[in-house]
Amino acid sequence: MSGAVSGKGAAVEVRAVEKRFGNVGIIRDLNLSVAEGERHAIIGPNGAGKSTTFNLISGHIAPTSGEVKLNGDVISGLRPFEINRRGLSRSFQVTNVFARMTVWENVRCAVLWATGHRYAFWKNVDSLPEVRERTARILDDIHLTHRRDVPAGLLTYAEQRELEIGITIASGATVVMLDEPTAGMSHAETDRAVSLIRRLTEGKTLVIVEHDMSVVFGLADRISVLVYGHIIASGTPEEIRRDPKVKEAYLGEEAH
Amino acid sequence: MTTAATSTAKVAADAAGGSLRFYGVWLIGIVVLIVLPMIFSSGGSLTSFSLIGIAIVFALSYNILLGQTGLLSFGHAVHYGLGGFAACHMMNAVVSHGWPIPLPFIPLFGGLGGLMFAMIIGWVMTKRAGTVFAMISLGIGELVASSSLILRSVFGGESGITTDRTALPKLLGWSFGPQLQVYYLIAFWLVLSAIAMYALTRTPLGRICNAVRDNPERVQFIGYDPHVVRYIAFCFAGFFAGIAGGLAAINFEIANSAYLGAIQSGLVLFSTFIGGTAFFFGPILGAILVTYLQLGLTNLTTAWQLYFGIIFIGIVMYAPGGIAGLLMMHRPLIRAGTLWTVIPSYLVAIVPTVALACGVILAIETVARFSGGDAINLFGIAFNPTSPVTWIAAAVLVVGGFVVARLTWRRIAEAWDRAGTVARDRGYLA
Amino acid sequence: MLELIVISTLNGVLFGMLLFLLSSGLTVIFSMMGVLNFAHASFYMLGAFFGFQLTKWIGFWPALVVAPLLVGAIGMAVERYGLRNTHKHGHVAELLLTFGLAFAIEEIVSMIWGKSPLDYRVPALLDFPAFTIFSTNYPAYKIFMLAVSVIIFVALLIVLKRTRVGLIVQAALTHPHMVGHLGHNVGRVFMAVFGVGSALAALAGVIAGPALVTQSDMAASLGPILFVVIVFGGLGSLPGAFIASLVIGLVQTFAVALDGSLASAFGPLDPSAGPSVLTDVWNVTIAQVAPIVPYLLLVVILIVRPMGLMGTRES
Repeated sequence: MSGAVSGKGAAVEVRAVEKRFGNVGIIRDLNLSVAEGERHAIIGPNGAGKSTTFNLISGHIAPTSGEVKLNGDVISGLRPFEINRRGLSRSFQVTNVFARMTVWENVRCAVLWATGHRYAFWKNVDSLPEVRERTARILDDIHLTHRRDVPAGLLTYAEQRELEIGITIASGATVVMLDEPTAGMSHAETDRAVSLIRRLTEGKTLVIVEHDMSVVFGLADRISVLVYGHIIASGTPEEIRRDPKVKEAYLGEEAH
Repeated sequence: MTTAATSTAKVAADAAGGSLRFYGVWLIGIVVLIVLPMIFSSGGSLTSFSLIGIAIVFALSYNILLGQTGLLSFGHAVHYGLGGFAACHMMNAVVSHGWPIPLPFIPLFGGLGGLMFAMIIGWVMTKRAGTVFAMISLGIGELVASSSLILRSVFGGESGITTDRTALPKLLGWSFGPQLQVYYLIAFWLVLSAIAMYALTRTPLGRICNAVRDNPERVQFIGYDPHVVRYIAFCFAGFFAGIAGGLAAINFEIANSAYLGAIQSGLVLFSTFIGGTAFFFGPILGAILVTYLQLGLTNLTTAWQLYFGIIFIGIVMYAPGGIAGLLMMHRPLIRAGTLWTVIPSYLVAIVPTVALACGVILAIETVARFSGGDAINLFGIAFNPTSPVTWIAAAVLVVGGFVVARLTWRRIAEAWDRAGTVARDRGYLA
Repeated sequence: MLELIVISTLNGVLFGMLLFLLSSGLTVIFSMMGVLNFAHASFYMLGAFFGFQLTKWIGFWPALVVAPLLVGAIGMAVERYGLRNTHKHGHVAELLLTFGLAFAIEEIVSMIWGKSPLDYRVPALLDFPAFTIFSTNYPAYKIFMLAVSVIIFVALLIVLKRTRVGLIVQAALTHPHMVGHLGHNVGRVFMAVFGVGSALAALAGVIAGPALVTQSDMAASLGPILFVVIVFGGLGSLPGAFIASLVIGLVQTFAVALDGSLASAFGPLDPSAGPSVLTDVWNVTIAQVAPIVPYLLLVVILIVRPMGLMGTRES
């Protein structure tokens, strides 16, 4: 099957989106629907356009045609910060933190807009109780409280990945998109990260791109398979496991 | 949750201890500013202190852009100069209309002058950051500096706009004729602006400026428009630069096109970068050093600007954190108690490094004075610029100094590695 | 009037071609290395001063070759010992390094040759009028300058289109991120590009020196215009730099040549109005406005098309 189950309660809905760079179509007729509260994984071989899909949904790049909806409102064409303010937050595949600022500052900056302090230049940032509490709670959640005063650029790789997740969820967005959160991690670190993601996205809509199949099948409620910029299958992990098209196009070549 | 609670408590405790130290530093600064003219009361030193005070405000305003927001501007003097002109026109207007505005309020109008231009031009300029912003700031700087010579009624052409600070209404019996009173006026505004600019770094906006500096792309995904952030920062920088310009207008009782020019923009960049952009006090150090050198060197040598250039290049290449960065590097070592292990290597390095510096100075002065034939006086030894002895001495000092100094610098690096490892083990260095 | 148009067009194209000799090097260096070389105009100035000095010692024609080679060597040294070490601190640090360098070069030049204009004469061989249009003699030297610029332009085109190095440079222009994958000799390619760019700037300096003013502030006055050219044309675009060079060359030359003002066209304002901004603007001649025209163009392009004429990249 192709296309998406459209209907009420879709947190994210991608309809007939195309993206071309010059003459090259990276994404063609992309349809995807993620229900509210669902954990949805996007898988596919390298170069299938998974990150491009993320960039299209989060406003990093604009689609050539088609539309993206967030909670029923069209968001395609909006700037990333406008989409973020509507409750969609994403992480990056390559760690993308504020390198010269401390761990504490990193998370706090991500809390500021959502707590309504915006561009305020008349408030002392250190004496905003709700900002402080929320920042402390998130640091605690991502197990980085003991590293709070270390510049983010000096953290270990795994710590930076955790901080990346912390920044992403800090605004309290209802739709969280994680781009390969466990890439480059050891087994132990991956297990830790998965339980972290599971806990932090409780009750939220999660869209995740991941290469590690154990992570995908352990975490996701539904899975979409992206091949050459097109979704060839979408369904529960069991359905995907059985789908012959998926086996042929993807699992066959990469499942060990 | 319990960990969260304790960490919040720890934050509060840190804040209390920090605030005590914090107010202490500011109080000491204010006391120094008050006492300084009582110790050094000569006219020359009062003038120097006044100039340094103005330079500090200007450099701090520049660091809102460079250090806080990551915007490299080659045209910051535009706001300084427009602030100066605004202040001059305001002073003349106060005198001719008899408004009851005393002199100490004038710098505010300078600030508004700088702010207004920043608000008008800033939105277009801050669309893009990085290299493009740098080039655009240069272009706008040239545009304003050249326009100032055309719009004679506003900028007074080549001669500028003059004013008389003593003609304004008196405040508490102060006429602001004597330099001492002008000094205190500048010191007052210095303290006020420095506190305001420091406070700015501790607001939500100030922190987001840092985030934009570090990673403008990511800022968009935490809800902020980096363009707006840059624009607001640009306006603040323009405002405080305008205050500095207003103070300069009061000090010199004139504003002319030199205020707006590329040299002024270059000097503030030098001061800020040499002092160090990563720490709030960096630009203060830089402004003191550069102004002091500028005043001191102009009498000694015609090539004083070249020395700035060389110092600047040296800092860019070897110590991009500036003087403040070099000083603050040692903090974890002091805390870990390993500072003493690097000191000996410093002492060893001083000798060849000073020799190298002397060689460079000798070489520069030889070239500078070759046609004039004035003797070079270096530490009481006279050198004749046309004599081959001088050339050989310079060459030996430069080459020999460099070869030996490089060895000693390597020793410093090794000593640092050892001290750093210990500090890291003791948990004072990440 | 026709005379003015013909002469100014010639002069404008000439100035534009000179600008392109500089902006092409600047563009290629920027695209490949990400460095905006603030000292590029300083290399142009060094070219003029070296040209002057070498002309005195060995004559103009040898100087035409030797001066650019010397400056090219300086450029390579700057890349090798300066920029390469600064690279780890980021592009802002590199820009600052070249800024400091530009400052130091200006000081050194004025220390050695003084601050007043030099008596850098047109070589005797070319010191005759090439042709006469209406009543104006057009100097042969300017034709020579034009010829040199065009030859270099054609040579650059051939190198870019026909050689391996040219292909690398072209690839770097369109895909700057790919430069890192060039392989082990990337350092040497950078050094060579920087050297050639500096040498071209110096060549422009040697030939422009006798025709324009050779003075220690020539870099400071030309540098900002150069940056306007590459922003106006679109960062990283050679065709953009070419068009922008010609546009700015022509516009500025025509502005200098035209001696009109609003006052001369419509008569003076009522004198009772007294001095004001309006009377300033009314009385200013187009020639007086000439220095600010490039910057006005910059502001306009920023509002209308922020990525520049032919630019594709946002930053």
